Amino acid sequence: MSLLSTLARLEAVRGQRAEPLATVRHRHLSDRPMVLVPLAAAGEAGAPLAVLLGTDRDAPRLHLVPQPLNRTQRSEFLAAMAADVVPYLESFGEQVELLEGSEKDPVSGEKLPVVRELCADAPQLVVPNAAGVAHLALLGRSTRFRRTAEDPDPGEYPAPTQVPLLGRWLTHLTDRAQVPGSSMLLSMTGLLARHWATGQSNLEDQHLAARMAWHLSPSGLEPPATGAVAAEWVESARDAEGLLVHPPAGPSTDPKFDERVLAPAILRYDAAVAVRVRAEGSRDAAESERAAGLVERARAELARVLLAAALPTWHDVWHGLELLRELPPADHLPDRWEGDRWSFTMHRDRVAAGEPPQPRRDDAVTAARKLAQREREQAKLEIQEALDDPLAMAERRLAGEAFAGEVVDVVPEWSAGRSPKPRPLLVVRTGDRPHADPGREVYRAHAEPAQRAEIVSAESGEVVVRLLSGMGRRKDPEPGSVPEVGSRVVFTLFELAPRQSAPLPEPADTPWTHGGPPVVGEDSPAGADEWE
Amino acid sequence: MNVSHLGQASPSLRRLSELRGAAPQRSLDARALAALAANPGCRRRALLDAAGVDKTALADRLGRPAPFGQSPFAIRRGLQFESRLKRDGYAVLMEPLRRLLGVPEDEVASLAVPDLLPSLSPAMRTERTSAALAEAAADPSAWTLLDRPMLRLEVAGSPAYLEPDALVVHGGRCTVVEIKSFPVLDGSADPAKVGAAARQAAVYVLALQQAAARAAGREPSADPYAEQDLPGAPELTVLLVCPKDFSNRPVAMPVDVRRELSTTRRQLSRMTKVEQLLAALPEGMTFDLARDDSGAPTRPVEELTRAVEAVPAAYGPECISTCELGFHCRAQARCAGAVEQLGRGVRGELGSLRTVEAALAAAGRGAEPGVEPALLAELGLDEASERLAYAARLRAEALAAGGVR
Ligand code: SF4
Repeated sequence: MSLLSTLARLEAVRGQRAEPLATVRHRHLSDRPMVLVPLAAAGEAGAPLAVLLGTDRDAPRLHLVPQPLNRTQRSEFLAAMAADVVPYLESFGEQVELLEGSEKDPVSGEKLPVVRELCADAPQLVVPNAAGVAHLALLGRSTRFRRTAEDPDPGEYPAPTQVPLLGRWLTHLTDRAQVPGSSMLLSMTGLLARHWATGQSNLEDQHLAARMAWHLSPSGLEPPATGAVAAEWVESARDAEGLLVHPPAGPSTDPKFDERVLAPAILRYDAAVAVRVRAEGSRDAAESERAAGLVERARAELARVLLAAALPTWHDVWHGLELLRELPPADHLPDRWEGDRWSFTMHRDRVAAGEPPQPRRDDAVTAARKLAQREREQAKLEIQEALDDPLAMAERRLAGEAFAGEVVDVVPEWSAGRSPKPRPLLVVRTGDRPHADPGREVYRAHAEPAQRAEIVSAESGEVVVRLLSGMGRRKDPEPGSVPEVGSRVVFTLFELAPRQSAPLPEPADTPWTHGGPPVVGEDSPAGADEWE
Repeated sequence: MNVSHLGQASPSLRRLSELRGAAPQRSLDARALAALAANPGCRRRALLDAAGVDKTALADRLGRPAPFGQSPFAIRRGLQFESRLKRDGYAVLMEPLRRLLGVPEDEVASLAVPDLLPSLSPAMRTERTSAALAEAAADPSAWTLLDRPMLRLEVAGSPAYLEPDALVVHGGRCTVVEIKSFPVLDGSADPAKVGAAARQAAVYVLALQQAAARAAGREPSADPYAEQDLPGAPELTVLLVCPKDFSNRPVAMPVDVRRELSTTRRQLSRMTKVEQLLAALPEGMTFDLARDDSGAPTRPVEELTRAVEAVPAAYGPECISTCELGFHCRAQARCAGAVEQLGRGVRGELGSLRTVEAALAAAGRGAEPGVEPALLAELGLDEASERLAYAARLRAEALAAGGVR
């Protein structure tokens, strides 16, 4: 944590309310996001229990596994979830922009004109927390190798085609979510943490409802309050039956809920199913019908309790989106979102080209590339955020990596030589203390075109720099290219142009056909059992 | 695993049992011990654990119950997994162990599983385990599995009894086996969970090293990287047994715990000795809940709160997930305005500013308009305060520029 965010937390303690950590919104928000609140069955890695999802705040849809150990029901759940999520994802693949570019012919080395498609928009999934992202990754891993009826060897339990497709999408999206600044799959706790500080620790902030309690009074709390009291209330208040008034944001459910509500409801469901099996065996139509009704009711009861467990979180996520929408979007969002659109487009194309699902493990080359990409994107993100948001720039100023101030004098000077170029000195009054020795190169923020300068002297309260570029080709600077006395300037010690912003997809998004064959583990997915 | 403090009723032991009152002594598992080692500065926890006080019941009575619990689904799954593991003479365990210990495949050996007399008291079970261990270590060619052995570890001058899942003895050495429910997925497991398991296993290895040294009549070596060359000494690589991928099939994963061992050793040595903790206590103080015949605690909450408060704590937000008193100590830290409520790291950042109020006051001076940085230095603030004041000025300026204020 930086000292500035610690300060914001201290202020949040004083006011018992969240305090801003950003003056703009640093993540793209879709007009049509899909919110997912996944719940997992305890004790088993990534075993789904239920999911509440949808694009309409007022109409969430619930899918559930009535008996989490039953693999048929689990498959039905995944099929239902896929039927909901895949069409949403694919709907963004239809509208495209056509971009003209050129590509080197791999054989002749000649540059050939090409037209590429770029999807006009991309999907956006929002989950409550980082554990939700991890759960989607597990779902992706466990479904992307599923065999379907279309496979040459469909196996005993072929899944609908959409199931492995869902797995591949989830794998792609969870992978992409690790790229700094990407926005196709976001966690609400992560979004809130970037934009606001609470008066509690990072650890406590992982609890979505407790975090939200620093913004809004939680529903049900009387008298209404925000801050520590409200956060503790959502963390720990229990009703007469010992159940949390505000269930956790998942994917894990409250153990007490498992014990007192879920386990009995599953037992009743199992019992109803047993009755139905017996009735069907006895071929008594009336009895069968009655038993079917029992199963229906038991299932409806499970749906009721699981909905109740997920709904408060569903509302928390939408409330969070509302808070974020109140912030003005940062200037560089379209640029970064374009990266997401490329990532989406490339995956769409890979699926369409019939490529195999992502391998179980990245080979060394792919892993190294992904790491390099993430580092590059991290650097770019830091630069863009600093330029977009004075509060982000303040972090850099505090760290001595930038300084801001007022121009108090401009001394026109020129370079020596036959065709002298303008090399004016700027005297900047500043309270900042950049870690800058004379001769060090610095960059002027928000200069158009880009402008470099070098430090001439840096003393307490005053920094003198010499402008080196961005003033045109003539002897005298282009009008407006040299800041005037009285104007505010910001210089950074870090370069402002991220090293080459590639307009074409990043290595991680290039097809595997270019990165070597997918690695198949010793235990090949074909035939491999998923959950038991 | 269980901890109890039998043996001679020394004055400290008597005092510890007074602290506990009539309640039965609580067991402490290696996970709790690892958590204790992670916060060695907390005298409150050290004392409560040494006395074997039921912290869950204490937290309940103090009005801020611990949020911990285990789902029945997780418990059932864990049991299923363990029974699967024991199938076919522990076959799943033996294969990776042989590889780890470099034992040729064709060497046939049957596994001996001695009875460790689980119904005895912890002290007697420890005796039994060490006898079984010595016997097994005496024959290097034998394979012996000690199922739920009992080990003793000195913690802050008082004995704690620990119960690992299993020990495998072969070639005169033993290997700690821990059974975990998190999966190894495509060959790797969640590093945070592996780390926690390694810290826990390190506690067992430490106990086994002490035992081996005791048996040989030597001082335990202080060098954590030194392999003990004593009969029955533990390997410094332990085996974690986890479900493989999404299945219920076990897979064993060797984990080198030397680093965790050295940390645990250092942390435990930093803990204040129990005698000292006891010496600092007010006369007659106890954590007894004074339960009535129906088991309901009758001890007045205020009195109990005062007793708990009499022992200094070292709260940090990690406490919420590692200690039963987390919510209680947090409320106290908040009430006192301690900066640790925001995270342990914050303490270092803020230097001598120990309360939220003091920190905000220092920050407030920087945010005042017209205070030049040169002036700030003259206000005679220390470095942390000065930096905070500078940060406050930058923050106010940025918020104004961003139109937020
Ligand atoms: S919660 Fe309290 S008693 Fe427990 S470790 Fe933290 S400070 Fe110590």
